[in-house]
Amino acid sequence: MSARESILGRLRATSITTPVPLPDVGGWYAARQRQEDLPQRIHRLRSALEAVHTEVHDTTEADWPALLARLAAAKGLRTLLIGDRTAHGAVLEASQPQGLQLLSYAQAIDSWRDALFDDIDASLTQARSAIAETGSLVLWPSAAEPRTMSLVPPVHFVLLDVARIHADFHAAMRAEGWAQGLPTNALLISGPSKTADIQQTLAYGAHGPRELVVLLRHAPGAAA
Amino acid sequence: MSPVIRIHPAEDFKARSRGVLNDPGQRKNFRGAMDFLQAKRSAQFPDQDELASLRELGATIRRYSLAHLPQLLEQLETNLRANGVQVHWAQNAVDANAIALGIAHRVEAQRIIKGKSMVSEEIEFNHAMEAAGIEAFESDMGEYIVQLADEKPSHIIMPAIHKTKQEIAKLFADKIPGVDYTEDVDALIQIGRQVLRRKFAQADIGLSGVNFAVAETGSLCLIENEGNGRMCTTVPRVHIAITGIEKVVQKLEHVPPLLSLLTRSATGQPITTYVNLISGPRKADEKDGPEEVHLILLDNGRTQAYADEQLRATLQCIRCGACMNHCPVYARIGGHAYGTTYPGPIGAIISPHLLGLESTYPLAFASTLCGACAEVCPVKIPIPDLLVRLRNEAQARPDSAEATLRGSGAARTPLISLVWRFWSLIYSRLGLYRLTSWFMSRGRALSPTEQGAWTRSRTPLIPAPKRLRDLLKERNQ
Repeated sequence: MSARESILGRLRATSITTPVPLPDVGGWYAARQRQEDLPQRIHRLRSALEAVHTEVHDTTEADWPALLARLAAAKGLRTLLIGDRTAHGAVLEASQPQGLQLLSYAQAIDSWRDALFDDIDASLTQARSAIAETGSLVLWPSAAEPRTMSLVPPVHFVLLDVARIHADFHAAMRAEGWAQGLPTNALLISGPSKTADIQQTLAYGAHGPRELVVLLRHAPGAAA
Repeated sequence: MSPVIRIHPAEDFKARSRGVLNDPGQRKNFRGAMDFLQAKRSAQFPDQDELASLRELGATIRRYSLAHLPQLLEQLETNLRANGVQVHWAQNAVDANAIALGIAHRVEAQRIIKGKSMVSEEIEFNHAMEAAGIEAFESDMGEYIVQLADEKPSHIIMPAIHKTKQEIAKLFADKIPGVDYTEDVDALIQIGRQVLRRKFAQADIGLSGVNFAVAETGSLCLIENEGNGRMCTTVPRVHIAITGIEKVVQKLEHVPPLLSLLTRSATGQPITTYVNLISGPRKADEKDGPEEVHLILLDNGRTQAYADEQLRATLQCIRCGACMNHCPVYARIGGHAYGTTYPGPIGAIISPHLLGLESTYPLAFASTLCGACAEVCPVKIPIPDLLVRLRNEAQARPDSAEATLRGSGAARTPLISLVWRFWSLIYSRLGLYRLTSWFMSRGRALSPTEQGAWTRSRTPLIPAPKRLRDLLKERNQ
């Protein structure tokens, strides 16, 4: 008998005498739903992100490339990895940021792994959405913006539209229909990489980015 | 393959415990760390009503998952396969290591980089790979430190909790070429980062554990703060995940409440830096991610716990470590004293299924049954009840109906059996009980002053001069 059949056989041989009802997860969250407007939700997201050393900057559709260029210059960054043929990448390229070399993730990692690890100062990706409760950015890496963009470069810039902020993780997966189809990798990112493995002392920049910078894009006309 | 499984039985538990109790430095490390983790957890649950209802929800999700475990495992397997993930089943540690070695040989792997995985500790994965000439390198900072020191983790969440920064500074200076002694924690982490970045880029296989396996979507959910877990599951061309069969949940929406309970209970964080949901290998048009993803489902004694209505609750565990952080015994003796992969209260109740009661029963007795573990357990495992049950199993007559586990009756000795037989005789016959207690109270002066382990640190037990019966009679006169 195979290991599979043995294990399943042993499990099936056990009769479950007390039935357990399907947990009402939706009901639990519905009973705790907050009545909050967008500014309150933005405030919750920002507080949670800032509590874990994330920079959050307000900006607009028109201004973000200039803001990014200023921040990159202030941090002394020289190279920025952008996605392959993304709309926001094109906008940034058109803005021609001074002193910042833009590189696009055009090749599979296998052909430039060492360069990715050693030569890139920062990256820019777009967040799919965000979660106010825990201060989390939702990223669904894709062929255009692969997984390692949010992992390997030491500084990670993230563009987030404020209209895409959900109250909590459950609300986010329900509103976006996650159970109906997931990408090969879905991520929640809540701050820069960190560790407290040495004597419970918190240190940032363990293996992933040392800095996480959120560019919070407000709708045209809204106060930034 | 060579049998390299090194089990560290709990037989020397008492000797090791005494060693730590007499080491003020270690005691200070553990006390400080436990106080820190308790305060962090407590700050995450300001609303007791929310905590109570969330724990109830978490416990229900885990009980529901276990009640449907065989169906959920099949559903998980079907959906993972549809997503392109290869699923393997392992009855024990030897099987699991053989499966991993089979994959490593097929892809001609030289180097494996590891994310944090307690199941890989459970199966002594590193030794099995080493014996086959394959490097298995730990990448979680705590695990890296422990591996560099040639030790084992002393806590399931914080592996190097027993070490001070001075010890780590010395370790790095001694073991890593070109590194000077520094006690600056940021500098130490940056040293680890530099060493390990090269390892990520060079590794052929990334190995990880799993926090939750989602049956309905065929997904593996992994959580972490450092980013090493994402590195291991993203950069090498092959990813092998290994997990116990109990980690499956049916629906994706079962993850958010369990995740919230897990991170808040474990380290007092609202969420970890990364929540990594993997649903398949790299697709044709994608530019990174592993080309192969494997999941090894491990039994290793879990089906024994599953078969018993009461002991099944052991498998509800989501490995947060809150029980050990709040355990007065763990806080004093630390993780290494237990001698098992999983220390603390959860270790005492899970290890007998993994290793047999013969070598693990002392752990069930090393508890005051104070109940702190059950009070903080996010999925409401009745740990003290299970400890009592395991004590009974350990004392049961091997051929009796009470002996249901591997190694039941291991703690049984002729003297103790005789004492209990007399006790039961006296307490079940009224006349005999009255007679015995009359003699005990009158003959109290004859009580021995040496009463074995009891008098080693306590005054001798002496029967009261008057029985309860006598006192009541006096009062009612």
